[in-house]
Order: sequence, then structure tokens, then C-alpha cells
Amino acid sequence: MLGKTANGLFWMYRLLERADCTARLVETGQRIALTRSGTRDDEWRSVLLSAGSFEGFRKYEEDLTKTAAVDWLMRSKDNPSSVLSCISNARQNARMVRTALTPEVWEATNYAYMRVRELLARKLSEREVPPVLDKVRDLASLVQGATHNTMLRNDIYDFTQLGTFLERADNTARILDVKYYVLLPSVAAVGSSLDNVQWDTILRSVSAHGGFRMQHSSAVGPREIARFVILDKQMPRSLAFCARRLRRNLERLRDQYGLVKPSLAMASDLDEFYNVNDIDTIFEFGLHEHTQQTLGEITALGFQIEQDYRFYE
Amino acid sequence: MTEESIFDEMWGRDERLRRPYKRFNDWLEKEDSKTLRAKQREADDLFRLTGITFNVYGRAEAEERLIPFDIVPRIITGREWQRLSRGIEQRVRAINAFLYDIYHRQEIVRAGRIPEEMISNNAAFLPQMLGVNPPGGVYTHIVGIDLVRTGPDQFYVLEDNARTPSGVSYMLENRETMLQMFPELFLKNRVQPVENYPGDLRRSLAACAPSGAADAPVVAVLTPGIFNSAYYEHAFLADQMGVELVEGHDLRIVDGRVAMRTTRGYQPIDVIYRRIDDDFLDPLNFNPESQLGVPGIMDVYRAGRITIANAPGTGIADDKAIYSYMPEIVEFYTGEQPILENVPTWRCSEPDALAYVLDHLSELVVKEVHGSGGYGMLIGPTATKKDLAAFRNKLKARPSNYIAQPTLSLSTVPVFTNRGLAPRHVDLRPYVLVSPGGIRITPGGLTRVALKKGSLVVNSSQGGGTKDTWVLED
Repeated sequence: MLGKTANGLFWMYRLLERADCTARLVETGQRIALTRSGTRDDEWRSVLLSAGSFEGFRKYEEDLTKTAAVDWLMRSKDNPSSVLSCISNARQNARMVRTALTPEVWEATNYAYMRVRELLARKLSEREVPPVLDKVRDLASLVQGATHNTMLRNDIYDFTQLGTFLERADNTARILDVKYYVLLPSVAAVGSSLDNVQWDTILRSVSAHGGFRMQHSSAVGPREIARFVILDKQMPRSLAFCARRLRRNLERLRDQYGLVKPSLAMASDLDEFYNVNDIDTIFEFGLHEHTQQTLGEITALGFQIEQDYRFYE
Repeated sequence: MTEESIFDEMWGRDERLRRPYKRFNDWLEKEDSKTLRAKQREADDLFRLTGITFNVYGRAEAEERLIPFDIVPRIITGREWQRLSRGIEQRVRAINAFLYDIYHRQEIVRAGRIPEEMISNNAAFLPQMLGVNPPGGVYTHIVGIDLVRTGPDQFYVLEDNARTPSGVSYMLENRETMLQMFPELFLKNRVQPVENYPGDLRRSLAACAPSGAADAPVVAVLTPGIFNSAYYEHAFLADQMGVELVEGHDLRIVDGRVAMRTTRGYQPIDVIYRRIDDDFLDPLNFNPESQLGVPGIMDVYRAGRITIANAPGTGIADDKAIYSYMPEIVEFYTGEQPILENVPTWRCSEPDALAYVLDHLSELVVKEVHGSGGYGMLIGPTATKKDLAAFRNKLKARPSNYIAQPTLSLSTVPVFTNRGLAPRHVDLRPYVLVSPGGIRITPGGLTRVALKKGSLVVNSSQGGGTKDTWVLED
């Protein structure tokens, strides 16, 4: 496979995952705005921070209102992480790597692009936001479904998965980075309604409130939530889950190519960390410090994969 | 030119249904126009979803557009096709022999059949190719011959495309679309298949690999990139052949061979199907500004360690000024009379011809010798006085830049419109593959259709559309 193709696949799936994550963050913000009394626009500040685009927003917008935030996250062309930008650029990458994709995946991606462009052609009114978010989620699932059902499990597939899980790990880590303080034991006033909403926000942001309820029927606190989002091996957006997948895909590349690359050692370290440490160790080390460190490691791993597989030269 | 004189391939000149269209017409009469309109929209949706688009040049933002597809097939009998393919094969053999000769001893010039300055002063002539022997002796691996028809048995070659003929993806996708939308039509008509083209192309290219290449030569398609107007086709062909689609920056010369950067390091290539122009191929040997090519590829080529398809310098054979010599070229190299006729052509470089052209400008089509895509041409009968005057000045200023041809009364084939079927002018581009193993012509080709009533311009960049082209099993 061409290095350029590996790069295109990696970014195509990173961007698809990012679109999905951005949509989920908007959904969470929306929900909080609707279920809480009074207008709390600072919630949108934390949504923008979690989406990694608060700085960008500030450059273009004066006031932090809900309308402005939703528009920025969903359809702004100035925001490279907006749903519209991500899907457009994912599709541009898909065109570039067209020969590596099955017709099903290409058509699903192209269809997603055409629909999203239609749906986000104009500013969304309040009542349009929920159905559009649903649709975006459907479209992202369509591409993922086509990928899982039609792609050969070869190096092409591995690069799609590396893109997906690197972006996902990054996203989960960023949400924790913004919200870590509500999970700290010292400030946990168990049972208070404020904290329940904040915990709920975290779980919803990683699409895990349903899964969490399945595992924990009784009353729970921030420690369980932190463990679930960071360490749970069954939760497809936990840091541990993503690390395991990254390691596995890099191992598969090692086996297919017969080449041992430094990125595998980095992913193995990440995976190993979650194997040997429990949530108490992480709290001891410091939740914030851990999140910061993880974000750094994810970025470094991305750069290393680029180099190892000759994305650019 | 009157309306009555136009030959319609479905209805002849006298509104009597022609035989090849009989079964199609039986089917059509049972369909209501509402269903067909819905089918036409369905076809557009299919094309949009598959992403069969082309990028439009000359716009600030690269815009993707669909080439309009018409659901009425263009039908050719097996007998008609046999004659056409004999003529095409003869012409393609002659073109290859001509190219070999031009880049070696130039016998045709020595014999006085073509003036020396037609070659040496021609921008499409590449002195760098003199004395070079392309692997397998093949210059034009892929050729598209543009044909027009004026009557039941009158076909003319309008143009030879010996550089990088495009449009073959439409031939394939048009058939795919028709198969999907009207499967019943293919049960009633026995249509010769076109879908072997990508496999044939790959085999044909592999058969042209340099000596010393592996048993399964590595083939790649070289594209200028995602913003090129034909990018879709480049990706489509690479995908269908199962080979890599590379850009210049993926390639480098490693140990005297052209190699592509893969996830496991550099891998050598044996055959490169390039979709970039000669000029951009190698910044060290041609245009030094080119970002699209591979520095040093010409040196590897001269050393016989890579096949470039088509060979550099083939443009000399499809140049519009050389075109007028094609009857002589065919005769000179094959010793036979040309089976396919040329459109009579005035070379404006010749004073007598120029005088005639200036006198009859309003009846003629004038083309730039190096133009393509329907740009920079004058269609006398439909031109305004201002256009005619402007072209008169251009002709006087640079006569050798132009050729002129009579306006042929091109055949029509019906297209489906909101008000039923309506005749529109068409041309045909069959695709030809050349390898040491032989010449292979895919039965059919790309039918381009001028969608505007009365228009003769079929180019997609100028509002033309396409049709599926059927060659029947007789």
C-alpha cells in the first residue's frame, strides 16, 4: 500500500470519528440546556473546550450563546472540527484513497457527505437540532457498518482502525481533561443533583450512560464513573479499550509486514499501563495529570505512526 | 444543410424504424413517459452517489459536476462494428508504425509524403524520443478514435486520440447503470459486453513490461491528483485493475528504477499508465516547473527499465495538422487503402487552402491545431458576424495554427426529454488497446451527445452528455 494511501485512510477515519464525537458533544450540551433551569451558557464553554475548539470559536464569535456554539460545532467552515468540515474532509480523503475502499464504503461516505451538506446548508433552528443530530449519528454508523461488513481484514483495515481509535482515545481524554474535577473524590458531594448532572454529562459525551447503567444498577459515585470511562475493557470508548485496539492493529501490521516499528512499543506501553493500574493508582497519581499525560502520549503515537508507515516521505 | 438531410440512427432519413432499434422500440412503446422520467432521475442519483463526476476548470473553487446521461442507448449492429473495427485496427497499426518511423529514420519524410517542417516545427514532436525504443515496440498502448457518422454506411474519423484518451470510465459506468435500471432490455437484446475492459487493460499493459520485469509486472496509474478534471476516471481505472493510483510525489528513482513509496518502503514499478501530459512527466527532461512528474523518469525510460503508457511524444500522431496526412500515413505503412475515411481537411498553412477557408468561413468548422475539448474552435454556420470577423483576423495572423473542415451533417440518435424523444447529434469514441500480443477493441465505446437542439458540440466541457453504446451480436 502507498504511504499516501495509509495517510488518507487514517485521516478519513479520524475525521469520521471526530464528526461523530462533535455531534455527541452537541447532543450532550443540548440535553443539559434543556434539563436545567435557567440559561447556563458556561456549559457550552466546556462543550467547546471538550471539542478542542474553544480558541477557534473565540476568534470568530463575540458572544458565547447556545445558537453560536451549535452553529460553530455543526456547520462552520472556519472550524476544522465542525461536523460539516469533518465529513467534507473525510470524503475528500475517501476520494483520494478510493482504490483502497470497497464500493460500499465509498458510497456510504459519499452519501453521508451529500446528506450532511443538505442538512447543514442553513443555520439550524432549535427544533431542527435533535433530528439532525440523529441523522448525523445514523450516517456515521452507516460508514462504520459498511467498513465492518465489506472490508478485507488487511493492512487497509488496520489503518482505518488506527485512525478511528486514535481519534476516539483523544476525544475521551479531552472530555476527561475538561471535566476531571467533577470526578475528584474531594469535591464529590455524593447524591447532590449538580454532580449527578455533571456525571451524566461525562457518560453521555462518550455514549456510555446506557452501558454504565447495565453494569451498575445501584447508586454509584465518581470513582466508578472514572473507572468505567478510563479502564473498562468492554466499553468501546474507554481509554483502555482504545489503547488495546491500537496495540492490536499495530501488532497485525507488524505481522503482515514483518517489520517491528517504534509505534508498536508506544502503543504497548499505553496498553500495559491500563493492564497493571487500577483506578485508585490513577487517582493517587492525579486524574488531571494522568489525562494530560495520556493526551501527550496519544499525540506522540499519531506522529510516530505517520513516520513508521511513511505517510509523507 | 437542411433538417431532412440528417441521418437519424433510429429513424433513418424517412422516419422508418431501423432494424437494430426494433426490439428497443417495442419495449419503449410499452413504457409510459412518467416511469421513464423517474428512471432518468434515478440514473442521475446513481451517478451522483457513485461519484462519477468531473471537475470543471477555470472556476475559483473546484466544482464537481455530473456529465448528463441519457437513457436511450445508441445501437450499432455487429456487421457495422466489424467494418469499423477493421478500419480502426488498420489505423492504429499505422499510427504506431508512423511513431516508430518519426523517432527513428523518418522514412516517410525522406519519401516526401510529409513535409519535414510538419515534424520538426511541431510542438508535439519530442526530440528526446529520437532513437528510443519503447519496450515491446508499442507507442500508443491506449488509443481512442473519434468517429462520426453521416449515413447508414458513412463513417469518418474526426480525430485520433493517441496521448491519453479519456472517457472510458463513462463507457463502463453507463453500461452498469443501464444494466441496473433496465435489466429486461438486455434479455431482449444481445449486447456485446464492455466490462472486460479493465482486465484487458491490465493484461495489455503488463504485456508491454520491459524485458527483465517479474512474471507479474507491477503496474500503476499516475494521476496529476484529486483536482484534475478526470480524477474520477484515474481512480476508477486503478481500482478496477487492482493497481496503485500514484502521484508524482509518491515516486522516486531508486537503484535505477522508478519506485513508489509504500508503507513498507520503496517498491519498483514496471509499467506506468500515466494520465499526465508529456510536458509534466519529468522536470529534469521537460518542464522544470512541473510538480506532477518524476525527476529522472526519462532516463530510466531510455535505459529500458520502465514502460510509460502511452510513450512520450505520441502527440505528434494525433496533432490536427498531421491528421490531414492520415490517409497517406495509413497507405505508406500498411500498403492498403484506408478503410476509414478522414474528414476532408484544409491546412491553413497552405496559401491556397487559406484563401479557400477565408472565402468560405461561414460554412466551415475551424479548429486550432493543438486545441482540444472543443475550446478555441469556430463553427461557421452558427457563428455571429463578430465571431467570424475575429476568427478571420486570427487566421491571417497565424494560419499554420489552424485547420478547417466542412460542417458534416452528423447523425442523430434520439434523447429522452420531458416532451418525449428528440433527435440530437452524436459522435463515438471506441477504445483500442495495443500490446505486442495484438490489438484489442472493446465493442462499443463512448457515445457523446450534444444535448442542445441542433448543436454539433458534444464535448462534456461544453454541455454534452453521454449514452450507453450497444454493439449487437448479429
